[in-house]
Amino acid sequence: MTARAPDCAIEVRGLHKTLAEKYVLKGVDLPIYRGETLVIIGQSGCGKSVLLKHIIGLHFPDTGDIFINGEPLNEVSAGKRREILASFGMLFQGAALFDSLTVGENVVFRHIQSRRYSKKEMDRIVAEKLDMVGLPGTANLKPAELSGGMQKRVGLARAIAADPEVILYDEPTTGLDPIMADQINDLILHMKKMLKVTSIAVTHDMVSAYKIADRISMLYNGQVIETGTPRQIQTTSNPYVKQFIHGDAYGPITTVRSFGQNGRRK
Amino acid sequence: MIRAVGSVTISFFSQIGEISILLAETARNIFRRPFPKRNFFEQIVKIGWSSLPVTFFTAVSTGAILALQTGYAMMSMVKGTEHYVGGIVALSVVRELGPVLCAIMIAGRAGSGITAEIGTMKVTEQIDALITLSSNPVHYLIVPRVLAGIVVLPILTLFTDVVAILGGMAVAFFELGMNEMQYIDTTIDMVSMTDINVGVVKSVVFGVLITLIASFQGFRTQGGAEGVGKSTTRSVVLICMSILFFDYILSSVMTTGI
Repeated sequence: MTARAPDCAIEVRGLHKTLAEKYVLKGVDLPIYRGETLVIIGQSGCGKSVLLKHIIGLHFPDTGDIFINGEPLNEVSAGKRREILASFGMLFQGAALFDSLTVGENVVFRHIQSRRYSKKEMDRIVAEKLDMVGLPGTANLKPAELSGGMQKRVGLARAIAADPEVILYDEPTTGLDPIMADQINDLILHMKKMLKVTSIAVTHDMVSAYKIADRISMLYNGQVIETGTPRQIQTTSNPYVKQFIHGDAYGPITTVRSFGQNGRRK
Repeated sequence: MIRAVGSVTISFFSQIGEISILLAETARNIFRRPFPKRNFFEQIVKIGWSSLPVTFFTAVSTGAILALQTGYAMMSMVKGTEHYVGGIVALSVVRELGPVLCAIMIAGRAGSGITAEIGTMKVTEQIDALITLSSNPVHYLIVPRVLAGIVVLPILTLFTDVVAILGGMAVAFFELGMNEMQYIDTTIDMVSMTDINVGVVKSVVFGVLITLIASFQGFRTQGGAEGVGKSTTRSVVLICMSILFFDYILSSVMTTGI
């Protein structure tokens, strides 16, 4: 099978997944076009990160598949799968830096493991990528010596170190102060402009979503319920999307408990 | 009740199955290039070198207590047999106590460390990050640990044997008033090369058990700091139980083999 549209870099088709006896993804269909930034929004725990981890091959779907440049990720050979996924970079929610290694070793981890690069080349890559994320001269520090925001930027430097075609961001701005969050947003836009990458970001930070997205998809109850440009999403008539983007406690999205304004249960 | 027993049994056997799969996976990855040299030497230091003080202390006290108890017992029971203390201490240490006590100390010291480290990597998504950076976590994390265990445990066990025998000798000399030459003579008389080999074979198996189970529990960790604590505890308990279990199996197999 080939992808539906020729400019479709990644296509999620009919993805179902049950994790720990919880039916998380209930048939997700989602095309991602080459060079765009797609932001997936949704409540905490709605399966956004699980979807992202399927795209980068960390989870295997129960049914359905991910087509990358038309190739079904979970049907190709193990070698081919590795080759496809080598062109992906991922920024994890907590940066997930290897704390026993220095910042520099983290950035060129893939290069060190492949043993195909000289020390000089790797030093050049480290300097270049750390410069891109605005952290020159930090190569010899340990991750623990950096602040949360700096760690995320190192995580981004590591994700782009091997010049990926696709970058995935898992909650890139969560846990950062608004200024640092905006710097990360700028970095994501910068990466897109400089590297011409396809990006997928998962977030519930609407400020960030409007700023970085070409298109926004909302995941609710294990399915994509709406996709559109930031403008379309802002003016949507879908009550679920409306409630989410306005951050309203009352609406069709059920929460565990709803309280009235004076604190009594509604 | 039946359901509870059933679910515990199922989880027990499925864990054994998973550990066996991990063992096979580790064996398959041992010869893959590039060999994670740096991690291997780091683990040798962590498991071996840093465990020397605790094994030394365990060995001295084990040897000393053993010599004291057997010495007094023999003196009071059959006069004139106490010069066998050296041989008895040496034999029990070399065949049983050396490998087992050393392995249990390493399980507490290094096994818990391995589980906590890999468990923390798991809950902070570092294992996922490894995979997205085209690395195999078994090759990068488990292979160096298991190999370090295989190399280090026999060395530490032989060290334990020697120190325990010397500890026993000190007690025999100072407390029981024995001649140290008698002690050494009976030691050399009673301990054969086979006994030493039995101890070394056991220690190799224990080395694999400690590092493999510790890594396995680390990989299974879920749910933050609490999860890391839980799997560390579970890891040490499981390692100690399996050491005692395999000690019995190996003892019975190798003793009948002699």
